[in-house]
Amino acid sequence: MGDVQFRFRDDEPVSDPGVTVDVFGAQTNAAAVRLEPGDDARDLLPHLDRLKLIEVNFPMFTDGRGFSSARVLREAGYIGELRAVGELPVDHLALLRRCGFDAFAPEPPVNPADAENAFARWDDVYQPTTDGRVPIWAKRHG
Amino acid sequence: MYKYDNYDQAMVDTRVEEFRDQVKRRLEGHLSEDHFKPLRLQNGLYLQLHAYMLRVAVPYGTLSSVQMRALGDIADRYDRGYGHFTTRQNIQYNWIKLEETPDLLAELAAVEMHAIQTSGNCIRNISSDQYAGAAADEIVDPRPYAELLRQWSSFHPEFLVLPRKFKIAVIASETDRAAMKLHDIGIRMVRNSAGEIGAAFYVGGGMGRTPMIAPLVREFVPLDQLVTYAEACLRVYNRYGRRDNKYKARIKILVHELGKDEYTRQVEEEFALLLTQGIEPPLAELERIKTHFTDPPFEVGAPEAVDRSDPDFALWLDSNVEAHKQPGYAIATISLKPVGGIPGDASADQIRLMADLGLQYSFDELRVTHAQNIVLPHVRKADLFALWQQLEANGLGTPNLDAIDDIIACPGLDYCSLANARSIPVAQKLSERLAPRRAEIGELKLKISGCINACGHHHAGHIGILGVDRKGTENYQLLLGGCEGDDTSLGTITGPGFSEDGIVDAVEKATEVYLSNKQGEERFLDTYRRVGMAPFKEAIYG
Repeated sequence: MGDVQFRFRDDEPVSDPGVTVDVFGAQTNAAAVRLEPGDDARDLLPHLDRLKLIEVNFPMFTDGRGFSSARVLREAGYIGELRAVGELPVDHLALLRRCGFDAFAPEPPVNPADAENAFARWDDVYQPTTDGRVPIWAKRHG
Repeated sequence: MYKYDNYDQAMVDTRVEEFRDQVKRRLEGHLSEDHFKPLRLQNGLYLQLHAYMLRVAVPYGTLSSVQMRALGDIADRYDRGYGHFTTRQNIQYNWIKLEETPDLLAELAAVEMHAIQTSGNCIRNISSDQYAGAAADEIVDPRPYAELLRQWSSFHPEFLVLPRKFKIAVIASETDRAAMKLHDIGIRMVRNSAGEIGAAFYVGGGMGRTPMIAPLVREFVPLDQLVTYAEACLRVYNRYGRRDNKYKARIKILVHELGKDEYTRQVEEEFALLLTQGIEPPLAELERIKTHFTDPPFEVGAPEAVDRSDPDFALWLDSNVEAHKQPGYAIATISLKPVGGIPGDASADQIRLMADLGLQYSFDELRVTHAQNIVLPHVRKADLFALWQQLEANGLGTPNLDAIDDIIACPGLDYCSLANARSIPVAQKLSERLAPRRAEIGELKLKISGCINACGHHHAGHIGILGVDRKGTENYQLLLGGCEGDDTSLGTITGPGFSEDGIVDAVEKATEVYLSNKQGEERFLDTYRRVGMAPFKEAIYG
């Protein structure tokens, strides 16, 4: 797995690798877990308090289930680190961030200048998510 | 019609710059074709057999004359002088160069247009009733709701890597002119028993290799929950739609495999959670959008009388002109199906002429239909003759709306890299053979697809033709009895397929069976439904 290339949090990163959802279910002290595309993020909801890191794996960039996993977790109130890992094209980074990811470990790593452009590109957004950005419709009727 | 504000304009401009950057990275070799492909597709750019094809979005099929004129100029500047209007109410250009695409998109943005999400595994351009705002039978103009959903679905961060493409249609009439139940989500605006407007959601329809008619999932979604309900429908699909097999990845398969009731239960559960998230725009936003869709300043007391003394004009009047909600006005359809022509094609000059006519005769508004024609929605009856004369003089006056030579055809193997067989030459031969008998045959919707993906809507044709590849030669299957309207039905294959000439003969025989069995005012479809397949089979294969 790749290293964390971008992180938008001030707290100390959790270094423990995330365990699988199955192991996590049996192991009551784990603070990090890894979701695969087929895992149901809602299975983690009873345990959000003790989780410090949730990794969401993107084995193939064409599989977008992790976008929904992230939003489900954030909408349920998860405030720990939400890390996207795996095949993360630079052109997906800003979307993933909007869905709630605040750390990114792309494999292979992406060009940092391209990533900086991608994160900064959109001044406005049409949809609200839990990232706190004010959608265009709210600005229109502010 | 809808005008961009500074926000809408900035979003489209930003998208052009984003794509310019992506094209640059591709041309410099920093982006592989595998990684570039989904990006170009979500900007409407396909790599076809001979060149790139660009599909430009025409949201809910509505265009101003300035936009239409720009489409004509783009056909000259970036294509070979033609544009091709499609079954998604869009326009495609077939001879595009990758390196010129960012400039082309910038020209579109200058007239409040784009090619965003016209392809790829995302929510596509939203289609609607081509007679919206003009039809006598609508309860409300459906386009403000389509525009609300356009903004919601554009750049939606969660739904740009869906299992497969996702098509939404919004209508608000009794008569379904948009094949609404053959969409991933079909929305019909309805009035409930309390007199309030809301949306009925039909989910899981589609054509392709497994055609399905969408079941009703919810009878009434209130206007202040529209976006939230759509988001719930999409989230269940993104999480559970199949990704193991491209051909089973559309939402229709999920709804079918789960069953309508279980899919609905999951959507309702997600909907209840999403209602707490505050993702719904306020009703004030819908009201703001609605102010862009008010009636044009119709002339009160516009004359009703139309001089029918020119017989050719009278033919066109009876075929291509429909009732308008406003006295003294009519809806006129410009056929892009000249006898022997390529369905949906228009030259740059014709596109600019239609732009001028839209400005002169139709309050600056034009519509693209899913049947690949152009509508002038608000024409004074007193102007119809002058309009027709100009159309007739420019090859646009064919009186064949919904007739047998008003054929829908996909680009087929002449252009498309997915096709198994040519569609255009078959459409041309059928048009030449059967146009002389169009008056006798009456309404008959003939639809041709060059492969199983069904872009030519063959499942929904009264007569449908599907081109397949049989051991290296083109072969055409014949289907009868499909219908896209309120009584939506899917066509049935008659039997073994035909050669290119054989399919033309077979269609002609089917029309003869109809004419000899027809009772009273029956259309082809009515006769077929009454007598069934047997007599047709006998005539065609006997």
